[in-house]
Amino acid sequence: MDLGVRERIAKRAAQELIDGMIVNLGIGIPSLIPNFLRNRRILFQAENGVLGIGKSPAKGEEDANLCNAAGYPVTVVSGASYFDSATAFAMIRKGLIDVTVLGGLQVSEQGDLANWLVPGKRVPGVGGGMELAQKTKKVIVVMSHVNKDGEPKIVSTCSLPLTASRCVDLIITDRAVMEVTDEGLLLTEIMVPYDVKDVISHTAAPLRISNMLKCIE
Amino acid sequence: MTKVRNEYGKIISIEQAVEKITDGCSLMVGGFGGVGSPPSLLQAIFDKGVQQLTLICNDTAFPHIGVGPLVSQGRVKKAIVSHIGSNPIAGKRLHEGTLEVEFCPQGVLVERIRAGGAGLGGILVDIGVNHEWLAKGKQTIEVDGKRFLLELPLTADISLVYAKKADPFGNLIYDKSARNTNPLVAMAGVMTIAEVEEIVPLGELDPEEIVTPGVFVHYIVQSYGVNWKWIWE
Repeated sequence: MDLGVRERIAKRAAQELIDGMIVNLGIGIPSLIPNFLRNRRILFQAENGVLGIGKSPAKGEEDANLCNAAGYPVTVVSGASYFDSATAFAMIRKGLIDVTVLGGLQVSEQGDLANWLVPGKRVPGVGGGMELAQKTKKVIVVMSHVNKDGEPKIVSTCSLPLTASRCVDLIITDRAVMEVTDEGLLLTEIMVPYDVKDVISHTAAPLRISNMLKCIE
Repeated sequence: MTKVRNEYGKIISIEQAVEKITDGCSLMVGGFGGVGSPPSLLQAIFDKGVQQLTLICNDTAFPHIGVGPLVSQGRVKKAIVSHIGSNPIAGKRLHEGTLEVEFCPQGVLVERIRAGGAGLGGILVDIGVNHEWLAKGKQTIEVDGKRFLLELPLTADISLVYAKKADPFGNLIYDKSARNTNPLVAMAGVMTIAEVEEIVPLGELDPEEIVTPGVFVHYIVQSYGVNWKWIWE
């Protein structure tokens, strides 16, 4: 995916975040989301122990002891707090995070998420993804619609090891937006220049089509 | 190195501290992606050539940062961590079979460390309770109709932490997100050594602001500061 596509996904995901929310962003595309959230009152949490992350510092003003969970320098907003990682995960397990936006390798039609391991290729470990996926009120997955080999990443049943089962609420890809419902996946938006036929043919799970289906630029 | 009076005999040199760290010991290290890891102690352990370590840490950092070099250079036989994703050499060693890794979800790992430091016999968590690999071999316990995994506490022969300030008793305060796992790791060591940016006289730290009470800290060393380049630099 080129930068433009990643930013379009991030921009669409940003629309899900509203004032007053506590939000945890994963690395990759999710980290681009704050660029599309000017002047909003949202508190970003990082599992290393910060609540109230602000914009990236200017070059030369980085503080090595003030970083996000990916190890990159951040700033904090008024009202921010620092705490140890056990407290960070207390917030997560207690369900105090309103939204988390995570990357994905596969999502199933029941909302199962696989995003940490490719057997025989990479074994990075799950980090804090399991807690975030299992305990956050709303889990949004942002990812490319198909993998590098052109295979669908939205599937009936995940073949990769799961991060958490039945946890995903919304999937945003470079081609479409889909809600995970009790009746399976509901296609609600199509990203220009793709069409419904293309999205269906590149999705390996049944899609119901919303009667409010929208196209987004 | 400092004009502070050593009233409790806890202030020692890096060289004295490293004498306590020997081949085959279990070593718990504070820090998250290298941020908040004690640079001077880690460098001295590396230089001493300590081998066969069991490492307990949030992660294996980056190849040249924090605990990264110990892992990259084969000084660690087993790592208990939440991920190794930022250290590709750790992944290579895992595949080669020269490094054993016990993966633990991050929040469970820190809570196991907290349990070890708090004298608890274990913790009950529902993270991954139905997960094929995470639940494997673990006892499940039902409480009020809900199933939990029994996760066991973690302690270590030596805990190494990094703090902003210590007084001679070992009371510690931390610096922003460099706090991360340090207060938990500080409690969990049979012996805890704190590397600090500044040692201040007794009475200078406000009791209200102290994060780690000095009773958990056995030794204090003065840091020489970070000697690696951060990934963002």
